[in-house]
Amino acid sequence: MGRFNFNQFLAKLRGGFVSPFALRRLGVLGMNARNVHYIARYNDRDLYPIVDDKLNTKRAARRHGIRVPELIAAFDSQPSRRRVLEVIEPLWQFVIKPARGSGGKGILVVVGREGENYLKPSGAMVTKEDVLRHVSNIHSGLYSLGGKPDRVMVEALVDFDPVFDKYSFEGVPDIRVIVFRGFPVMAMLRCSTHSSDGKANLHQGAVGVGIDLATGKSCHAVQRGLRISRHPDTEMPFGELVVPGWRDLLRLASSCYEMTGLGYLGCDIVLDRKRGPLLLEANARPGLAIQVANGVGLRTRLKHIEAMDLEQLEKSVEERVNYSMQEFAAVRTLEQKSA
Amino acid sequence: MSPRAQVYILAVILTLMGAGLTIYKNRELGFPLLPGEYRTVWTIEAKVRFTADGGPVKASLTLPRAQRNMEVLGETFSSSGFGFNIVSDDDEYRAVWSRRSASGNQSLFYQLDVHQTPGAPLEQPLDLSTEVEQPFLGAREQEAVRQAIYSLVEGARDRSADTRTFTTQLLTALNDPRNQDRNLIFGYFKDRTLVDVALTVLAAAEIPAHRIRGLYLEDDRRRLDPEDLLEVYDGRRWVVFEPNTGNPGVPRNFFIWQRGGKSLLDVEGGRNSRVTFSVISNDVPARDVAMLSTSNEKEALVDFSIYSLPIEQQSIFKLILLVPVGALVVVLLRVFVGLRTSGTFMPVLLAIAFIETRLFTGLSIFVLILVLGLWVRFYLSRLNLLLVARIAAVVVTVVILMGAISVVSYKLGIEQALTVTFFPMIILAWTIERMSIVWEEDGPYEVVVQAGGSLLVAVLAWWVMTNRFVEHWTFNFPELLLVLLGIILIVGNYTGYRLGELMRFRQLVR
Repeated sequence: MGRFNFNQFLAKLRGGFVSPFALRRLGVLGMNARNVHYIARYNDRDLYPIVDDKLNTKRAARRHGIRVPELIAAFDSQPSRRRVLEVIEPLWQFVIKPARGSGGKGILVVVGREGENYLKPSGAMVTKEDVLRHVSNIHSGLYSLGGKPDRVMVEALVDFDPVFDKYSFEGVPDIRVIVFRGFPVMAMLRCSTHSSDGKANLHQGAVGVGIDLATGKSCHAVQRGLRISRHPDTEMPFGELVVPGWRDLLRLASSCYEMTGLGYLGCDIVLDRKRGPLLLEANARPGLAIQVANGVGLRTRLKHIEAMDLEQLEKSVEERVNYSMQEFAAVRTLEQKSA
Repeated sequence: MSPRAQVYILAVILTLMGAGLTIYKNRELGFPLLPGEYRTVWTIEAKVRFTADGGPVKASLTLPRAQRNMEVLGETFSSSGFGFNIVSDDDEYRAVWSRRSASGNQSLFYQLDVHQTPGAPLEQPLDLSTEVEQPFLGAREQEAVRQAIYSLVEGARDRSADTRTFTTQLLTALNDPRNQDRNLIFGYFKDRTLVDVALTVLAAAEIPAHRIRGLYLEDDRRRLDPEDLLEVYDGRRWVVFEPNTGNPGVPRNFFIWQRGGKSLLDVEGGRNSRVTFSVISNDVPARDVAMLSTSNEKEALVDFSIYSLPIEQQSIFKLILLVPVGALVVVLLRVFVGLRTSGTFMPVLLAIAFIETRLFTGLSIFVLILVLGLWVRFYLSRLNLLLVARIAAVVVTVVILMGAISVVSYKLGIEQALTVTFFPMIILAWTIERMSIVWEEDGPYEVVVQAGGSLLVAVLAWWVMTNRFVEHWTFNFPELLLVLLGIILIVGNYTGYRLGELMRFRQLVR
């Protein structure tokens, strides 16, 4: 549970404000500019259903040969909720989530069983009744935007690659890549902590680790807006962190551009032990915390791509990934920053 | 054209339209720009008295014509037992009371409300006869009087350059008790007034002239007799003179009742007829005056507006028109500050409730209901209900809580808490539901942040919405909503940083 830390709050206040000109000089993207210049301009509204409904995302991903966590079943009506129990009966591990949930809301992760009951990653017990109620809440639209009736997805629990085990506490990390017009522009790893209750939401106290696009190594890490060098719970230094199969991961993120058609896109990716990177979900309105995690502004990179001519834009996935890895390497960004 | 340019053009057009209509309403229709402006409205009552002879009776009173510096806001008649109508006759309006048989003393009333506006009272040209009827100064008049009149005329003519100065000189002479000619004339015309004599002398000088009857508007005057002014034709236009001083121009506060023409009052079938006036002044809100003065002309802007609605609906609209202002506050706080609230426009609804309940009562009731509701909701969540049923249960709980709060506080003598009914129940129930989800998913800290943000925005919106200037402008100048729309469009174009982001991205700079 995100506990209120008074000292951190005070430190936040004491830090005060910085001048907007300094932010502009560093190319930091603000919420208003993101909404007007990028989301409204590059993301057509009629493409939203592909990303806003995770079942649609899965379908589109299958068409484009993008790997996703395995879908076990989907339900779209209240009366079918008894079926949910039948479906999960033989399973030990699974995830129940709303198709239209946002911000990770309404996701129930089960990692084991204890008799009739289920176990959450935190060790908390969940009864069958709790599962049913959760399913019913999802159907009623509790977690969907505007309270519209929603569908329930039962997904196989990803067999997470253990490379991040030491960097995440009571939860699994995912990697968010911002893809602009098909080019990966920035990436971060979100690690849950004790204070984020196993969730990977930065504003709840998860750690954001900036990942160097060129190498897949960590280049910066923050928790609650403050720079850190070790994971607060596991004490692991972030300096040693490397994402395996980084190029593959970027390739997957980059190909989401063709899949969704969205110009400004956030891809949430997890690493499976055997299958490699899997697309968890895509987001048409990715947040701006990634800038804090990287300690770098997004706008400079977005402007760089906006300045390209059409020929440069019509590159293959492979070429785009190569271009980004070269152009947006942490070393180069640092040079620009100090210049 | 780029969307951005379109927004600016649209915003400018909307703002100009709104501001233009507002200025028009202020300048032309007299709607006050600031609240609490009062205008003086004069109520003038004419009382016609006569003794009826017993046979058919007909009394007719000349009514004032519309004047440029006086707006007639309304008129009333009282005439028990008499038939009444207004006849228009030779450019003149006359009120006519009639009855088949009447005897004894009769009193008839005509009352009108006028409001004085700046400007010259008279309209030129006035289509009055400029014929001069030579006074009959025949054998019956003594030679001496005739001589005196012509001597006055000659004296004034010598000392003047044109008709205007002539009239002033003549009136000065007629007011000078040392002037022998003047004394002789007044000695002969014992029962005539100054204006009567002046008219006779002017006629002898072949200058077209007539009398103006009217009243000096002074508060709380009763049984006034009409007073006379003199109007003289100088060859091109009519000029008014105050007879006692000889100064040209209509005195301030002079209300012209009758200009030239016939008698003020005619009574057939009665004796001792007399008309007296009384004047009272009232201070009336400027808006009411504007409403009254435009209601006759049916100004489209006023006629097709909320003023044409019944009073009850108007008071509802008074509140509804404040909603856009609250929405603007939300937009400003969201775009420039970046405050997180639960439900985008929920704070506006809260602010409206606060307007009815007063701020502190509203805040405490809201927090009380939210806390009790969350507590009930946590219990309900254990009962495995469907979402809609659960929210309905929360609605019922909220209603019961409201009833309980009302009854308990009433018994305790806290009448203010009775205003609890102004809170939108469904909104409260949804807020409780959302808050409990936030509690479960993001923890109590987030609940405090979101509820606090909502309350902060609601209080700010309440503060702006209860500002008496804002209240006045939204209700009296609804066209200002166009300006508001323009502002919102422009704010919607702001792509700079939010205040919260200056703090959030602090680490990037250091």
